[in-house]
Amino acid sequence: MGLVVSCRVVPWPRASTGFAFGHMSGTIKPILSAENLRVEYRPTSRKGGGPKVALNGLTLAVYPGEVFGFLGPNGAGKTTTMNVLLGFTPPTSGRATIFGSDVRDPSSRQRIGYLPELTYYYKFLTAFELLRFYAKIFGIPAAQREQRIEEAIQLVELGAAARRPIRTYSKGMQQRVGIAQALINNPDLLILDEPTSGLDPIGRMEVRRLIQRLKKEGKTVFFSSHELGEVETVCDRVAILFQGELKALGPIASLMSPGETSLEQAFLRIIGFTPNEESACPISPLSLAS
Amino acid sequence: MSHISAVASVVILEMIRRKDVYVLLFLTALITLALGAVNFFGDPKIARYLKEVCLALIWVSSLVIAVFTAARQIPSEKESRTLFPLLAKPISRAQVMLGKFLGCWLACAASLAAFYVFFAILSATREGQWPVANYVQAYWLHCLFCGLVASLTLLGSVWFTAVSSNATIILAFVGAMLVLGRHLHKVAMKTGGLAGNLLDVGYYALPHLEWFDVRDLIIHNWPRIDWDVIAKDTLYAFAYGGCFLALACWRFRRYAIH
Repeated sequence: MGLVVSCRVVPWPRASTGFAFGHMSGTIKPILSAENLRVEYRPTSRKGGGPKVALNGLTLAVYPGEVFGFLGPNGAGKTTTMNVLLGFTPPTSGRATIFGSDVRDPSSRQRIGYLPELTYYYKFLTAFELLRFYAKIFGIPAAQREQRIEEAIQLVELGAAARRPIRTYSKGMQQRVGIAQALINNPDLLILDEPTSGLDPIGRMEVRRLIQRLKKEGKTVFFSSHELGEVETVCDRVAILFQGELKALGPIASLMSPGETSLEQAFLRIIGFTPNEESACPISPLSLAS
Repeated sequence: MSHISAVASVVILEMIRRKDVYVLLFLTALITLALGAVNFFGDPKIARYLKEVCLALIWVSSLVIAVFTAARQIPSEKESRTLFPLLAKPISRAQVMLGKFLGCWLACAASLAAFYVFFAILSATREGQWPVANYVQAYWLHCLFCGLVASLTLLGSVWFTAVSSNATIILAFVGAMLVLGRHLHKVAMKTGGLAGNLLDVGYYALPHLEWFDVRDLIIHNWPRIDWDVIAKDTLYAFAYGGCFLALACWRFRRYAIH
C-alpha cells in the first residue's frame, strides 16, 4: 500500500444532527479555524539547507460543542499547530482564528483553557496561588475569584494539598493542577496537548471522564493525542496529520474503509504505514506507540 | 494594569522564596559588623570607613540582585516552559515583559529598603544622627539605578540565550560605566580622531549610571542634593529605562517560542 496523497475530508456535523443545517447554510460559525496555515522553520546552522516545512497548507474548522481529535505520528506537526493556535509561533503564511479573532490577538485566548502536555507551572507557588495568578490574568473579578478557585480545587480533588508548594506534588497531582488552571475561567474551548501522556491508567481514566463531562456541558474540546483508543471513545471528529499535511478529516466512522474495525487500522492506512513494507513509510511503529 | 501587577507579584513571591537576598543581607551585615568590631586608633567614633564598606557591600549586593533576578526571568521561564501556559492566557507579551520589570524593580526596592534600614541603624549607633532626607535621596537614586539595570538586563535576556552570558555582559557594562562613565568625555577629547568621536558618542548615548551613586553624600554627611536635581535624575532614568523596555518588548514580540 502506498502513501495516501490526497486529503479525505468529511463535513461535520453530519446531516442527521440537529445543527447540520446551520453549518451547511453557514449560520454556525467555527470556534476555531485554520486557513491554509504554513509554518517554516529556518535551519539553526548554516549547513542546515533550506527551511524546514513543519506545516503545509493546513485548513480545518472546529465547531461549537464538538470534541475534536488531532492525530498524527511524532513530527507530524501537531505541536506546531498547537503553537500557532495559541500564538506561540507565528505562521509563515495563512491565518488562524479563535472565536473569530486572530490567534495573535491576546483577547482570542479569553475563553480558552489550555492544558499542556507536561506540567509546566511555577514550582515555588502553591496550587492556590497559581490559580489566583491565572484568575487575575483572566480578569475574573475579585469577588468571584476565591469561589472559582475553591470550585476548581474541589473539582480536581486537591483538598488541603492546594496550600502546599507545587514542587511537593506527585506527577498526578501536578496534572490535576493543570486541569484546574485550564478550567479556572470556565472556558468555552479547551485545547489539550496530549492530556494523558505519561499518566497512569487511573489518571487517563480521569482525563477521559473530564473530556466526556465537558462534552455533556456543551464545551468544545480540541486535543492532540497518540492514544487512538481514547480518541475513538471521546471524539466526534478527528483530523489526521502526517508530515505537516492534513491527510484526513471527519467523523471517525466516515474515515474507516470497509473491513476496518478500529481507528488504529484506519490511521495506519491513511498515513501509509504497512508493517511488512518498511520502505513504504519513513516512520517506525515505535513512534506511533510512544 | 492588573495583568502587569499579577506577573509582578509572581516575580516578587519568587524572590521572597529564594534564599539569595537573605544570604546577601546576612553577608553584608556580618562583614560590616565584623569590621565594626575593629577599633582603629582607639577611637570608637571613627565611622566613615565602616559606612563606606557597608555602602559598597550594599551596592554590590543590589547589583547582583537586580542583574540576576532580571536575567533569569525570560530564559528560565522558557527553559522550564512555564511561559507556555502563561502566554496561552489573554495576556500580551508586552504585558509579560512589563510585569517582569515591575516585579524585578519592586523586589530590588524592597530588598534595598532592608539594606538601608540596616545601614541607618549602624550609622546612628556610631554617629548618633539620622539624616533621613539624605538617606531617602540615596535610597531613591539607588532604586532608579536598580530599575535601569533591571530594564537593561531584561533587554539582554531576550537577546542572549544563556543567563550567564547576559549577566556577565551587564555586570561588566555596569561596572565600567560606574568607574569610567564620567571620564569618557575627557578621554575622548585627548584621544581625538575616530576613536575619540566614538567615545564621545558613547559618553552622550550610554546611560550614566554613576549619576545615581551618591554614597559620598552620606559617608561624609554632606548637605542633601536639591530636589530638582533628583527630579531630573528620575526623568533621566525613566527615559532610558523606557527605551530599554520598549526595545525588550519589541524583541520579545518577535521571540519564537516552540
